Amino acid sequence: MPQEHIVKSYEQELNRLRDLIVEMGGMVESQVALACAAILNRDRTAASQAMEADPKVDAREQEIEQFVIRLLALRQPMAGDLRHIVAALKSTGDLERIGDYAANVAKRSLVLQEFSLRSAASGLAHMASLVQENLKRIIDAVGADDPEKAMQVWRSDEAIDEIYNALFRELITYMMEDPRNITPCTHLLFIAKNLERIGDHATNIAETVHYAVTGIPITEARPKSDLSSFANVRPAGE
Amino acid sequence: MNEATTSQAEPITGPTLETRPEIAATQAKIAIRNLDFFYGDNRALKSINLDFPERQVTGMIGPSGCGKSTLLRCLNRMYDLYPGQRATGEAMMEGINIVDPKVDLNALRSRIGMVFQKPTPFPMSIYDNIAFGVKLHEKLTKAQMDERVEWSLSRAALWDEVKDRLASPASGLSGGQQQRLCIARSIAVRPEVILFDEPTSALDPISTLKVEELIDELKQDFTIAIVTHNMQQAARCADRVAFFYLGEMVEVGTAAQMFTAPRELRTQQYITGRFS
Repeated sequence: MPQEHIVKSYEQELNRLRDLIVEMGGMVESQVALACAAILNRDRTAASQAMEADPKVDAREQEIEQFVIRLLALRQPMAGDLRHIVAALKSTGDLERIGDYAANVAKRSLVLQEFSLRSAASGLAHMASLVQENLKRIIDAVGADDPEKAMQVWRSDEAIDEIYNALFRELITYMMEDPRNITPCTHLLFIAKNLERIGDHATNIAETVHYAVTGIPITEARPKSDLSSFANVRPAGE
Repeated sequence: MNEATTSQAEPITGPTLETRPEIAATQAKIAIRNLDFFYGDNRALKSINLDFPERQVTGMIGPSGCGKSTLLRCLNRMYDLYPGQRATGEAMMEGINIVDPKVDLNALRSRIGMVFQKPTPFPMSIYDNIAFGVKLHEKLTKAQMDERVEWSLSRAALWDEVKDRLASPASGLSGGQQQRLCIARSIAVRPEVILFDEPTSALDPISTLKVEELIDELKQDFTIAIVTHNMQQAARCADRVAFFYLGEMVEVGTAAQMFTAPRELRTQQYITGRFS
């Protein structure tokens, strides 16, 4: 906002809402980091910490929802204020989903036990680092009301999709090689999919930030490269 | 401003219209072009261009002294009462320039009615409040007048509340009822346009909602312009909203666009309460 609101308490409430969202973003960010450490470093402590964080994230989402409903009822916001308040409501939902995916990644990491990730490890590590980078950047964009930064996140999700496609093919290959790989590889597939979904929710928040700040919805289609939905069920050549 | 002599309104050109084609698509009941207004030497309106689309509610918002009420007063020539006040430019209604000094004021005011901030019932019966204005313009039989009074009060959503006491003084009505009586009085002469100047600022919330509901009903038959300080009211009532500041019209758009994503920074600051 270019200028402060005439009613100071309203201005403070709007700032508090932004702080709540950014804090929730921070909680989710560390939850995702723990989940990634759980899978990549076989860190069982990190896994249980990621799972334990989930109820706290959910509680924060409820707190933000209640706060938004109160602001809508008591302040009757307009224009930029209205867009920011609705954006907070939407973003908190996206962050909550991200938290759920992180918890699920952590849970599956426990099941994998000593299964060797083989070369899938490098793909997962790369994907995890891109997802975490995007998550960090989008939370910064929320805090700074920066639509440009949001758009960078929005555009860079394509790279995550591409790694996911590669992992998808690789894991299917392992499953075909040896049926004993099916259980761990299925878990890995879900883990990769969860990371990919975290990236998608980050782009949702990017769209929300862009609209909240500029008033202009993003109408162009997001570059998407998740092609796994079209993957052939039968191995090639059959 | 010398456009006052042109008989047909020129369409608005420039960025306002290019970005909002739907405005051009709606037929304007009143088309204001390059309208200036002076209180003596003080230029209170500066080159206003604004359309009032037929059978729509146009809301005018802006801080005190921005010119929104002045514009409303231009539309029924209220300013003629005060020496030293003059308007230049065009306010075209079906080929007539409202601000042309040669315009017949009685005829104009029967076509353009006005409802004020405070209810202003005449010190007479409810029935006569309605009949008074009608008698100035039309010769009606008793039966026709009865019918007109019932029609007006019904359209103003007041008939059921007053039909058993039409002979009672209007001063006995509540504030909200008095305001609806004033609306009934305005529509009794069957105008084409009704101007509302802060019509609910003296009313309680329920009476306010009744008047807003009434405005919604009336736009089926009348073109409506409403000046309001209450932003939520403009959001609830108006199809289109124009924002005025320091005698200029800063921005006009649909109510939805103005209150969710105004284009101008000054509009954004005003409607979100960041105005100094």
